[in-house]
Amino acid sequence: MTSFLQLDFPALLAAVLAGGTCGLLGSFLVLRREALLGDAITHAVLPGIVVGFALTGLRAGVPMLLGALVAAVLAAWLIGWLVRASRLESGAVTGIVFTSMFALGLVLLEATGARDVDLDVDCVLFGQMETLLWPEARGVSSLWDPVALAGLPPGLWLLMAVAMTVGLTVAWLWRPLRLLCFDPVYAQVVGLPVKRLEMGLNLLVAAAAVAAFEAVGSILVVALLVAPAVAMRFLTQRYAVQVWGGAALGAGVAAGGYLLAGPLPLALGSAVALNAAGVIGVLAGLCVPLAMVMSRGGRRVSGA
Amino acid sequence: MTPISVTGLSVHYRDRPALLDINWSAQPGLTAIIGPNGAGKSTLLKAMLGLVPSEGETRFFGSTLEAARDRLGYLPQRQSVDWDFPATALDVVAMARRARSGWWGRLPRAEREAARHALSEVGLAELADRPIGELSGGQQQRVFLARALAQNAELLLMDEPLAAVDAATERTIIDVLKRLAKAGRSVVAVHHDLASVPQIFEHALLLNGRVIAAGPVAQVFTPATIADTYGPGLAA
Repeated sequence: MTSFLQLDFPALLAAVLAGGTCGLLGSFLVLRREALLGDAITHAVLPGIVVGFALTGLRAGVPMLLGALVAAVLAAWLIGWLVRASRLESGAVTGIVFTSMFALGLVLLEATGARDVDLDVDCVLFGQMETLLWPEARGVSSLWDPVALAGLPPGLWLLMAVAMTVGLTVAWLWRPLRLLCFDPVYAQVVGLPVKRLEMGLNLLVAAAAVAAFEAVGSILVVALLVAPAVAMRFLTQRYAVQVWGGAALGAGVAAGGYLLAGPLPLALGSAVALNAAGVIGVLAGLCVPLAMVMSRGGRRVSGA
Repeated sequence: MTPISVTGLSVHYRDRPALLDINWSAQPGLTAIIGPNGAGKSTLLKAMLGLVPSEGETRFFGSTLEAARDRLGYLPQRQSVDWDFPATALDVVAMARRARSGWWGRLPRAEREAARHALSEVGLAELADRPIGELSGGQQQRVFLARALAQNAELLLMDEPLAAVDAATERTIIDVLKRLAKAGRSVVAVHHDLASVPQIFEHALLLNGRVIAAGPVAQVFTPATIADTYGPGLAA
């Protein structure tokens, strides 16, 4: 038990929190037909992360998170301004802004020397789940021992805070978000603050992306934002099941992928361990066609 | 009280003017906005509701959009949303009651009943719990109409309520429009079928980037104004 808590528990918890948070927010992106916005935001926040890191010299979560949120607001503002000024189609402007900001982030990464310390491109892209360890754990009682808990990786605390914020915000804005996703024009006519809700949603995605970066990397953030939500679209016609089911599926895929990559083969006597992020990505990809097959079977039954 | 008065309203897309210096007052009752494709009919509705940037001023019942919001209902074009959204017909209509009763907590029973009543007014009582993706196009249009009705508005703005609907839906919608007029409500609807204008509407606004004519149908819906609106080809 102690070795599980030391080696696997922090990574497994990080996987569940990252998968659940991304899976929860993913439904809103998918229902708004903006699945690629998740991809775009995860790229646009890079300069903010680097600046947050460079200013404080810490690879701690909070400055990087604040930097990322500023970058997300800046990106949204730039897109709005460019669409109005250039009168280009917003998809094209989004592409320009997000790739430029990602490139700027890479330049800053080199220029500030952040790369030499700890913040390398591989980590941003693929995450470092296997490095999340909890050496202070001494049996189950450590779970409520403040001294031992203080030894948990700081990234995990950030992830917990973001996951809780996202979950509570979604529950609080449950119905306005539903109307925003279904019919934003009508939402505006009945007086909902549509622009602020959209910005709030983008900020939550940016926060989730940054918090999940360290654990699972940005590529997997994109996969977890899109795949569970899309799979749920095939499985349900109920909003609550779609949104919370997406969260559950994301958490399940992430946990399952982590366990399949290392701990399970090891327990079965195999010496082969796979990259956890890779296996999670594969599982996330697989759950979409699986859901399609299941829904086809289901529709036949319900139509009979 | 005049339901709508528009003063000097202009809308530009890029550098092309879509609407130029519109001055118009809607009278109580049923009003059709007619004009050729690209005449700016939908744009006028959206500009009045603040959905597209515009110059000029729009007043509803003499007050600003913000102050009059609770007295307005809106029926967008059916194609403007994704009907594969996870919601039932009742869910969609209940959203209109939410806007009035508050977004938090359980929807009070009376509000839920009001939403059901709106659905029965458009003949969809039995389909209240059906996912909207499983409804026909005409039924979806009636769900939108029910949502607009559920707002219990004094003035309803409708964007092509009768476009591409089946005969049953068309009859239902026309019945609802006439009932609204009888109950003292006002409706301003973008309409595309010239032949049915005199049968349904009392007033008309003939639009082609600018106001061609506006007033009671009997006075302004003439071969001459129609020719001015659509070009000489249509005037027999």
